[in-house]
Amino acid sequence: MRIVVCIKQVPDSAEVRINPETNTLIRDGVPTIINPYDMHALEAGLQIKEKTGGKVTVLTMGPPQAETALRDAIAMGADEAVLLTDRAFAGSDTWATAYTLSKAIEQIGADVVLCGKQAIDGDTAQVGPEIAEFMDMPHISYIRKVVAVDAEKIVVQRLMDDGFDVVESALPVLLTAVKELNVPRMPSLKGKMAAKKAEIRKMTAADIKAGEGDLGLKGSPTQVKNIFAPEAKKDRTMLEGTVEEKIDALVKELVGLKCI
Amino acid sequence: MYIKVNRDLCSGCEACLQSCPYDAIVMKDGKAEITELCQLCRACLSVCPEGAISEVKEASDAKETAQGRGVWVFAEQRDGKIAGVSLELLGAGKGLAQKLGTELAAVLFGGTADDALELIRWGADKVFYCNDPLLSTFNDEPYAALLSKLIVEQKPEIVLTGATPIGRSFFPRVAAKLRAGLTADCTSLEIDEETKNLLQIRPAFGGNIMATIFCPHARPQMATVRPRVMKRGEYDAARKGEIVQVSAKGIASRTKVVETVKEVSETAINLQDANIIVAGGRGMGGEKGFQLLYELAEVLGASVAASRAAVDEGWIPYRHQVGQTGKTVGPKLYIACGISGAVQHLVGMQSSDIIIAINRNPEAPIFSVATYGIVGDVAEIVPMLTKKIKDLKGL
Repeated sequence: MRIVVCIKQVPDSAEVRINPETNTLIRDGVPTIINPYDMHALEAGLQIKEKTGGKVTVLTMGPPQAETALRDAIAMGADEAVLLTDRAFAGSDTWATAYTLSKAIEQIGADVVLCGKQAIDGDTAQVGPEIAEFMDMPHISYIRKVVAVDAEKIVVQRLMDDGFDVVESALPVLLTAVKELNVPRMPSLKGKMAAKKAEIRKMTAADIKAGEGDLGLKGSPTQVKNIFAPEAKKDRTMLEGTVEEKIDALVKELVGLKCI
Repeated sequence: MYIKVNRDLCSGCEACLQSCPYDAIVMKDGKAEITELCQLCRACLSVCPEGAISEVKEASDAKETAQGRGVWVFAEQRDGKIAGVSLELLGAGKGLAQKLGTELAAVLFGGTADDALELIRWGADKVFYCNDPLLSTFNDEPYAALLSKLIVEQKPEIVLTGATPIGRSFFPRVAAKLRAGLTADCTSLEIDEETKNLLQIRPAFGGNIMATIFCPHARPQMATVRPRVMKRGEYDAARKGEIVQVSAKGIASRTKVVETVKEVSETAINLQDANIIVAGGRGMGGEKGFQLLYELAEVLGASVAASRAAVDEGWIPYRHQVGQTGKTVGPKLYIACGISGAVQHLVGMQSSDIIIAINRNPEAPIFSVATYGIVGDVAEIVPMLTKKIKDLKGL
């Protein structure tokens, strides 16, 4: 079984702070991690390999420093790692990102492709299903359990708003993982050694045979027009006084509004 | 288009470096320079005190956009029940269609002809309806294939659906196939007066700030929209429209739903229908802190919710999470305790009628959406508030 897990390096906290004076993001000193949902995808990939045999390849697209995320994945048990890095990839939206990843996966070869349901910095949940479409393979989003897997097919539980669906698919298939799927393992000592020594395979735009117009900002149908902080409410009342006075004032307001 | 720094005007003050959310500005020989990471968001333009940064138009900007007609809403059904967000989108879609002087159409896969009529009564001028049994339960591939085929034939300008597990899963396939721009989880949609482009507004960067996204050339313009952020239109039982039968001939699926299991938690229902919600964030400090919220909720007859931070800490299960990646709620009263108020949380609760914010930090952004604010320690305030209400109610 050839298993490919797509991961993304993201800022550690989703709560990157904002400078209230300039309305800009403060990212200095925020460390990077593997997107938490991708950790569940990786764990699922390792578990499938333990059942069926085969190889787990981790893949990421990003700047050269994204290599550390790949080494972390090898420490957890991935067999090999591929870093897609090229200035031509810069500015990619989800369409261009998914296109680029799909071209790389074509080169690597995959029976099962795993992604996290979404990245915590972008929160779009689009790249996984888009990769599946580019590769003309079925996909199942939001999987919370792998029920059965063999060389021909896979059965999973798909999380829905009102419960879950049991879904069966032919291979190759792409799956996106939610938190409930598993508990990612800690890296082993052997894994950490392997991570240090591992050779990271690098791929560029030329290696994946992608059209220039399909990459990066040029290949992206969506563009950012502007960014802004949400407006503040104007009719806000700050309650003052001692703690008790504040609470009495609040209770009085709530009674007046018939909330109590 | 691209962004340019006039090196003669640049004073090297570095003000633009901080303004760029993409780290796309670097200093070179004491002057700012825009790198290939630039996303053209224009955040730096207004920041430069020297006016040295400007946008430069290119010939390719004038590239013809494919002409399209009509605003479409993909109406989602599960077990024959139309999703609430689909009706909300018919309300919002009507407004967009009017601004563009075009028609509003709904697309319905599965369900009954009566359901299709209902969509007309909720505002659709036309319904593309396919009742092939292959589409009665949701599978990504056939839904994506048939919707793509319809879009290619009819060329709508805009295609919308709810940001539900179904919409968020199969819309990306359609966008990939058609090379269309797709924006996830929008909280607001507008039409640009000048260009007639759809402006898609959503939280960005982990939900810390809002971004306006647009598709300058690609058509259709596609978006998924958060449930409960748009208003339904008027229901008109006498409204007439056209129902166009669609065939699923040639459409196949490599996935199959074997079984559907209902597992609706009480919390899910409670939160979305709750009149009063008591919510806690990282400031509650732990499970013990949340116990205080449960006590307050009990005397108020309220449901308990949480911010992403508290859920990530493991203090309370995910189904209680309110915000961009959790639920959107709109109760009469929302009491936010120890929640700082990241944009990703605010988008899930700011349509509440009355918002009370209790937080130790007077600068916390939660106060910007609050009706009443109390600066102080939640561990002290919450129990006292519980007691006062208890006394008042004679409990």
